[in-house]
Amino acid sequence: MALLEVRDLRLAVGGKRILHGVSLSVEQRAVHALVGPNGAGKSTLAYAIMGLPGYAPDGGDILLDGKSLNGLAVDQRARLGVSLAWQEPARFEGLKVRDFLLAGAAHKDEDALRDALRRMALDPGLYLDRMVDTSLSGGERKRIELASILVMKPKLVIADEPDSGIDVEALRHMFELFDRLRSEDVTVLLVTHSADVMAHADTATLVCCGRTVEEGPAEQIRSYFVDQCLPCPFHDPSMRPDES
Amino acid sequence: MSTDYEMMLDVYRGLGQDSSVFSESDVAHLVIHGNEVIGANLVPGLRVEPEELEDGVRVGIVVEEGAAIENTVHMCFGVLPEEGLQRILLDVELEPRSRVEVLAHCVFPNALDVTHKMDAQIRLGEDAAYRYFERHVHGSEGGVLVVPHAQVHVGAGASFETEFELVQGRVGQIEIDYEGWCAERALMRMIARMSGRGDDRIQVRETAHLDGPDSVGVLLSRIAVRDRAWADVYNELTASAPGARGHVDCKEIVQGEAVARATPIVDVRHPRAHVTHEAAIGSVDSRQLQTLMARGMSEDEAVELIIQGLLSKKEKAEAD
Repeated sequence: MALLEVRDLRLAVGGKRILHGVSLSVEQRAVHALVGPNGAGKSTLAYAIMGLPGYAPDGGDILLDGKSLNGLAVDQRARLGVSLAWQEPARFEGLKVRDFLLAGAAHKDEDALRDALRRMALDPGLYLDRMVDTSLSGGERKRIELASILVMKPKLVIADEPDSGIDVEALRHMFELFDRLRSEDVTVLLVTHSADVMAHADTATLVCCGRTVEEGPAEQIRSYFVDQCLPCPFHDPSMRPDES
Repeated sequence: MSTDYEMMLDVYRGLGQDSSVFSESDVAHLVIHGNEVIGANLVPGLRVEPEELEDGVRVGIVVEEGAAIENTVHMCFGVLPEEGLQRILLDVELEPRSRVEVLAHCVFPNALDVTHKMDAQIRLGEDAAYRYFERHVHGSEGGVLVVPHAQVHVGAGASFETEFELVQGRVGQIEIDYEGWCAERALMRMIARMSGRGDDRIQVRETAHLDGPDSVGVLLSRIAVRDRAWADVYNELTASAPGARGHVDCKEIVQGEAVARATPIVDVRHPRAHVTHEAAIGSVDSRQLQTLMARGMSEDEAVELIIQGLLSKKEKAEAD
């Protein structure tokens, strides 16, 4: 059975319809890429799965382990095993990395925090007492965000544009992390418009203009995406399908 | 040893502080209960001259020229009964090239109708350094009126850093008014961190005049108000000399029916002076809230953690 199933999801934000009936299915222990050009509705779908305020669907369903998530708040979904790593992680004045990691840690022990930081190539001795604020670079902040998800031990990690704002070395660690998560029964949904990031996925769903275009093995979707979507033929809004 | 003294130390221990500092001969301390000095210890280079008045206590403090007080000086001010008035006239002089760090606890744990007034005149001589951290601990009823006023003159090359914290217990009503003047190369850094609940009222007025060339001023406020609490922060920074630079930074989190206001005033009177300011008032940042909730925290837990962070002790670098 799929861990995550999205069925014909429809959603409008601020009166504008973004999702016109997206469907996707993500198997357990898969790294699944949700791919599409800018404005395709990828992040909107990610936020809807996480249950963020303002992203409640008006049609369709989101199922985790066969159970509907519709109507559940963000924290309720997190406790069921869903978590989200933002494209631009939040910064917290006065909050130490240690306390940030502890906020969601499944086991409140220091060793788990240290291990998570090491897995993101961050020295715990240097980072645990640092603040999660503007003193961290964007790349450091992103790795700490992922470390905070590691200590949660979720079932499903949604990583929104994980490659944005980080250097090549950090990206390599991130891909290693996704491999390791897969081996630890964690499912990863990569939200991306990068063909390079897609190369690290097992399966993929291509969305465009709020609709599912294609779903299947990542390599197959990647070829389609590279051939058909780059550059995006709907970049000109007048070329887009009817959004009503 | 008086019972009041022992009770003050009990309160101090209750705050998780090490009360043994009050019995160490190489650690200076001063304990004032109500308007009475009930404990004091001095170290070489530090002179303290208390004088009990009819309606208060006057305390003269002198750090002698060139003296560097090695250990933090501990002060404990408080009123233990439910009612009372404490009025402290503080006259602090740091002579040239002297330095001292002071940790003051102001405790009013049982207050129902207590007034604490502090009028301080502080003068720092050339190249002196004074760090003063004041932590207030109030009871759960908020029956305290706290009125600390200070005028600070920071001499050439001297540095004055003060941090005021009131995050434990109810504020009651507080009216802070600090004003400082900086000579050339002087540094003034003033930080206020407070948390108001119920019908607490917080009024902060901090003014720094960067009169000397290359002087530096930082005014930083972090306030959280909940329920029906009210906060008004006025920060004024004037820069009138070449190379003077400063920053005003006020953040306030508002929850429930609370009200917060911020007035940053930046007054620059020299083309080579530079002052910046930022003020942010509002509810908890939604991205921060959602991030913590996406880790499984409830909304209330997440809000509490964000506020704790905002009100946490500020590192020196952060305030720069």
